[in-house]
Amino acid sequence: MSEYTIKDKVAVIGVGETTYYKRAQAPVSEFRLACEAIIKAADDAGIDVKDIDGISGYADDRNDASRLATALGLKHLGFAGMVWGGGGGGGSGAVGNAAAALVAGYAKYVVVFRALAQGQFGRFGQAPVTNSVSGAPAFTAPYGLYVPAQWVALRTRRFMHQYGINQEPLAAVAMADYYHAQFNPRAVMYGRPLTRAEYDKSRWIVEPFHLYDCCMENDGSAALILTTADRARDAKQKPAYLMAAAQGSNYRHNATVENSADYASSNFKTLAPRLFEMAGITPKDVDCAQIYEHFSGAVMISLVEHGFCKPEEVMDFVTYDNITAPKGKLPINTSGGNIAECYMHGLELVNEAVRQVRGDSTCQVPGAKISLVASGPMVSPVTDLIVHSI
Amino acid sequence: MAENIKPDDKKYYLPEGLPAPRAQRTGVDKEFWDATKRHELVVQKCNSCGAFQWGPEVLCHQCHSFEMGWQKVAGRGRLYSWVRCWNPVHPALKDACPYIVAVVELPDAGNIRMVGNLLASESALRLGRRGGLRGPSRRHAGAMEGDG
Repeated sequence: MSEYTIKDKVAVIGVGETTYYKRAQAPVSEFRLACEAIIKAADDAGIDVKDIDGISGYADDRNDASRLATALGLKHLGFAGMVWGGGGGGGSGAVGNAAAALVAGYAKYVVVFRALAQGQFGRFGQAPVTNSVSGAPAFTAPYGLYVPAQWVALRTRRFMHQYGINQEPLAAVAMADYYHAQFNPRAVMYGRPLTRAEYDKSRWIVEPFHLYDCCMENDGSAALILTTADRARDAKQKPAYLMAAAQGSNYRHNATVENSADYASSNFKTLAPRLFEMAGITPKDVDCAQIYEHFSGAVMISLVEHGFCKPEEVMDFVTYDNITAPKGKLPINTSGGNIAECYMHGLELVNEAVRQVRGDSTCQVPGAKISLVASGPMVSPVTDLIVHSI
Repeated sequence: MAENIKPDDKKYYLPEGLPAPRAQRTGVDKEFWDATKRHELVVQKCNSCGAFQWGPEVLCHQCHSFEMGWQKVAGRGRLYSWVRCWNPVHPALKDACPYIVAVVELPDAGNIRMVGNLLASESALRLGRRGGLRGPSRRHAGAMEGDG
């Protein structure tokens, strides 16, 4: 293994989030939501907010790091960084960037955050209305191909065709997410259980995705605090040490007009081996995983590309029993995830991984020591992390 | 061929109101849009190494030559993936759902892929099926007809 690694050099010492709201329901601005989540994460960590000296974001976050540093009264801003790309692809990468900044000595306490207020700003699931389009969208938008649900559905359809997969693994993911959310008072769908019959009769958004195969659209904010391992040892909370973090993208994945060299892919093929090498573990060692699900169909492909099962085994492996906590072989999305907890572009999945290895998840996997997060399938770059407790 | 719709049967697959395609100011895709006015389908091909490439880009992804040319290709494709869209993601699609978006490979052009709509009956929706690409025109550079 390379001597250059962040393995066990940093830890997450605090997590926090605002109330999670349905889309456009947040009573306050997106910037205020971000401030609230950061303050809560610092409180969970037991540190003074003003001691935060690094801010890490992703997906062109609208809440400028310097504005946050000013509003929160940070004594010094030693690191301000952002992961390229959109949607949830950068969630784990923003944690990785925070780790790199800590190991490099740029900062001592870095906050990673995401905030969304789709009432104040636009919706993610609707196309902008314009008279004309140029560039790559000129070759797709005139045919009604506009939004992530459709792009992901096209790749999912191809994968299902190649490996003889039916609707069952997709339904399993949606049902597992809703099941886990019933234990999580933070979840937008807490108290709203989903039956298989309701799943089956729910309307199509874009085949093969029913309504419940799609993430929600939400308002709110999530944040987490990282520091160096030596500082983490004295922290208020049990530290969740970072075993590995990685960013990645397959060869020419982002070729436009649906021309990815490897089309039916979640884009983790070149990333996952490097992640496991850094962590020094194999997929079998992972106790539970948080697999980004903007749309359920991408989850089975992500699981395959991380080596949890072979593509020919998807129908047997990605079943409701296998992926639900506490008894499943590999419980996933144990907070309810993007489909049933909150669509916070996957940062809620990172917080859940931390809670699992701390032992205070609302849907705790007994004895969980290692949790993996896969952020943002099919976009570029995608990013991953693994946390564990020591 | 019975499934084929005649060119006059249906002027456009989707209603008016979707954004019209516009050539980029940099000129990188000018030849494609000019060709649509002649009802021809052209795709990018490297003058140096001969690789086909889509969408248009300023250099060849294979050999890094900046001398990108254009090749007229037959409007023949093979269905690679498709989806039936039920959610109107644009106001113009309010009464047009469901509609079919198809991704088609072009065997005559290095299996580059293009996007369009399905003009044939839905019985043509089998991956790997061959079909003809109708157009192209300003509105319809990539509509697919099924001919088995």
